[in-house]
Amino acid sequence: MQVFKKIGLGLAAMLASLNACAEYAWNFPLPATPMATDTLHVHNKFMLIAMAIFVVVLVIMIYAIFSHRKSKNFKPVTDKAPSTAVEIFWTLIPFAILLLIDFVIMGIPAYHSVLMMEDTRDKATMVIKITGSQWRWQYEYMDGDAQGIKFISNLSTPKEQTEKGYQGVKNEHYLLEVDNHLVLPVGEKVRVLMTSTDVLHNWWVPQFGSSRVAVPGFIRETWVQIEKAGTYRGQCKELCGKGHGYMPVVVDALPMAEYKAWVATKKEELAKASAGADKVWTKEDLIANGKLVYEKNCAVCHQITGAGLPPAFPPLTGSKIANGPIFGADGKYLKDSHLDRVLNGVRVMPAWKAMLNDTEIASVITYERNALGNSVGDMLQPSQVKEARQ
Amino acid sequence: MSTTTVAHHEEHAEHPSGIMRWLTTTNHKDIGTMYLTFSLIMFFVGGSMILAIRAELFQPGLQLLNPEFFNQLIGVHALIMIFAALMPAATGFANWMIPLQIGAPDMALPRLNNWGFWLLPPSAILLTLPFTLALFGIGDGALATGWTFYPPLSVQGGIGVDFAIFAVHLLGISSVLGSINIIVTLFNMRAPGMTLMKMPMFAWGWLITAFLLIATIPVLAGAVTMLLTDRHFGTHFFDAAGGGDPIMFQHLFWFFGHPEVYILLLPVWGFIPQILETFSRKPMYGYKAQVYSFWAIGALSVVVWAHHFFTAGMPVPALLYFMYSTMAISLPLAVLFFCWIKTMWKGSMSFETPMLFAVGWIILFGIGGLTGLMLADVAADAQYHNSYFVVAHFHYTLFAGGIMGIMAGTYYWLPKMTGHMYSEKLGKLHFWLTAISFNLTFIPQFFLGLAGMPRRIPDYALQFAEFNMISSIAAFVLGFSQLLFVYNIVSCARGGKKATDQVWEGAKGLEWTLPSPPPYHSFTEQPIVK
Repeated sequence: MQVFKKIGLGLAAMLASLNACAEYAWNFPLPATPMATDTLHVHNKFMLIAMAIFVVVLVIMIYAIFSHRKSKNFKPVTDKAPSTAVEIFWTLIPFAILLLIDFVIMGIPAYHSVLMMEDTRDKATMVIKITGSQWRWQYEYMDGDAQGIKFISNLSTPKEQTEKGYQGVKNEHYLLEVDNHLVLPVGEKVRVLMTSTDVLHNWWVPQFGSSRVAVPGFIRETWVQIEKAGTYRGQCKELCGKGHGYMPVVVDALPMAEYKAWVATKKEELAKASAGADKVWTKEDLIANGKLVYEKNCAVCHQITGAGLPPAFPPLTGSKIANGPIFGADGKYLKDSHLDRVLNGVRVMPAWKAMLNDTEIASVITYERNALGNSVGDMLQPSQVKEARQ
Repeated sequence: MSTTTVAHHEEHAEHPSGIMRWLTTTNHKDIGTMYLTFSLIMFFVGGSMILAIRAELFQPGLQLLNPEFFNQLIGVHALIMIFAALMPAATGFANWMIPLQIGAPDMALPRLNNWGFWLLPPSAILLTLPFTLALFGIGDGALATGWTFYPPLSVQGGIGVDFAIFAVHLLGISSVLGSINIIVTLFNMRAPGMTLMKMPMFAWGWLITAFLLIATIPVLAGAVTMLLTDRHFGTHFFDAAGGGDPIMFQHLFWFFGHPEVYILLLPVWGFIPQILETFSRKPMYGYKAQVYSFWAIGALSVVVWAHHFFTAGMPVPALLYFMYSTMAISLPLAVLFFCWIKTMWKGSMSFETPMLFAVGWIILFGIGGLTGLMLADVAADAQYHNSYFVVAHFHYTLFAGGIMGIMAGTYYWLPKMTGHMYSEKLGKLHFWLTAISFNLTFIPQFFLGLAGMPRRIPDYALQFAEFNMISSIAAFVLGFSQLLFVYNIVSCARGGKKATDQVWEGAKGLEWTLPSPPPYHSFTEQPIVK
């Protein structure tokens, strides 16, 4: 076993150095967590065994191909209808070799790896919740200092670069960059809860070695323990519709002190945002802010111009909902009104109440009613959204 | 009246000609030819879809397709290749060769046989029709969920999903009918003296395949029907909000989906040893061991399904069970590989095109098998899952292990079926072009997967550019070299050097005792097998 471990590590080092000097990547990226290190070892060891079997069998075949051929006048041996005993003996040899590989050489370490992968709670010092939605990730810190921090992370590659026929220079991290990075402390074991609001997603950073499907209506879990500070990139790995290729994951691993500082500034930001919900906004400010929110979150489906992509994604321009009344005579928002649709969603339309704050919802609704070819003229204050949430 | 009937019955000389011959035929050779032709056409339809995809993936950035259309192409490509190209090819050979190999005059249920075939073209139309409808503004195109139909994405999808569900139903009925026919034929119509353990290996492969189809197709049919009712009739089988579970669909789907892999491969495992013994001029090694391995693999294949979605989350004991049971499949498979190589060992080999394909097949399918063993490891699977590593792996099993096997069979039996020899030179060229470009297409995909490129994405990050470019170029060579295959088949059907009855020097078995091509009705008198 030790020998395999050494060979595996050697091979990993060799491949890693190859990685560094060529732009081709031949193996898993450098592992950043214990799980990824383990996965890489398992992979290297298995790869080595598979290669060894392949080469041995290939050599035997090639020898036969070149020497036992008719053109060399090789006379076929007359198999005297092999006695059952001999036949059983010979066919049991490959059987036994694979038995050893499957259930001892690979099987025993695999058992320990599985237990390690699935142990999400032991020694975990913090919990985060990751929610997948078409086509963005939402991160929420569940405990400790950071409790209550919650934000959405969207693809930040400029739209024109991802459009059909773009010929210019692409960003260095084309398709693997987001506006809000998930920030985690180095060295801490983080328990990750995973869920989804619509279809299946899979939150995957190759350097973490963990991969778990986000299932709507269920909580799945995994864990990460990042050992080195740095920025790690990955993307959704479960086909989730037309934006599947456009929902990357970016994680910043910071040393504890810096992480704490980040938590403090983030909390301040959030406090400021919720304070914004209490003040009275002007229509112009709401529209200006709403434009930003719209382009980041809504334009993927409803398009920048509000034209939508019918039939799956209806247009907002001239839409009955965006031009209809929001509140009824009793002062409560109407069912199937503009506000109801944004807060609670319907079918493919996500429920935004979990993802956007009061100011953002008020702004985007005001924007949609007074731009994109609509001119209802009214506006929605964050305080009204706050009330509607009650 | 009675005299004409008798005469007709005895001679079978008159059968409808023209289109009616093919529509109404109950002759196993005609039906086999239709299956094989249909399969070849659909191979090119599915192939051109994937070339569009490879063209899109040639370099980063969107060039040709928009993401919705890209998603439609990947799913329909897979469904067509699996259900409309690979399965009908195997059924075509079964129709042609099983009666000839076991000394029967025809299949046991000829009318059912005709119906089984004629269900295929409508289902192919159903699968591809939404593309055309979308051009006229009806619906938003074909199934865009990948071939696996996973809900909730498939519940969300447009009419393409409904079309695909109905297509899968028709294909499923066709497969079950074909399977019943093969089982009945094999159990009742073998020549006197041919015990089950003297049956040709191809017949054995198909017997297990037929049982697997009958066991698993109804589960698939049930699962997609539940999906249909979730979509349109307010049920919540796969919706947590109503007490259902989206992952349950994956369990049902892969209960069919994993055996499906062996359904596609077992017929090939049947005739490859026959090709090996023919061109090694030496009887196949370990006939019994191979038959028992078939049974073992057939039985194991229905109890390992969950290894297709380890990352969906399941209890530790389930993970361990599905990992170890999956690994256990490698044991009988190792026996098969050993027997194939031992058949070649110390034979007197010659390398005509079928043998080239068979030997190349062993090597490439070996890569597919070994990477499959690696995928069984739960820890490593977290990385491989849904990455290009998996894409490369299953193309080694299904393109190399399936389609290249079918090509070996085609070259092997073509002279028997047409009565002419194909061009050996073109055949060999076809083999080398296919084998080399296949590897150049898929080896880079192993590395892409390891580096972290997920499958089913229309556009990718810059670090994946080089390997994708190599893969795309090779894919086009691979695609276009298949035109040689068609040319060779068509020119062989039209004429060429006459084939002898035995065709190959080392060929043994009842089909080689008949003239080439065999008469329209063969074995009107039963041969006796000693």
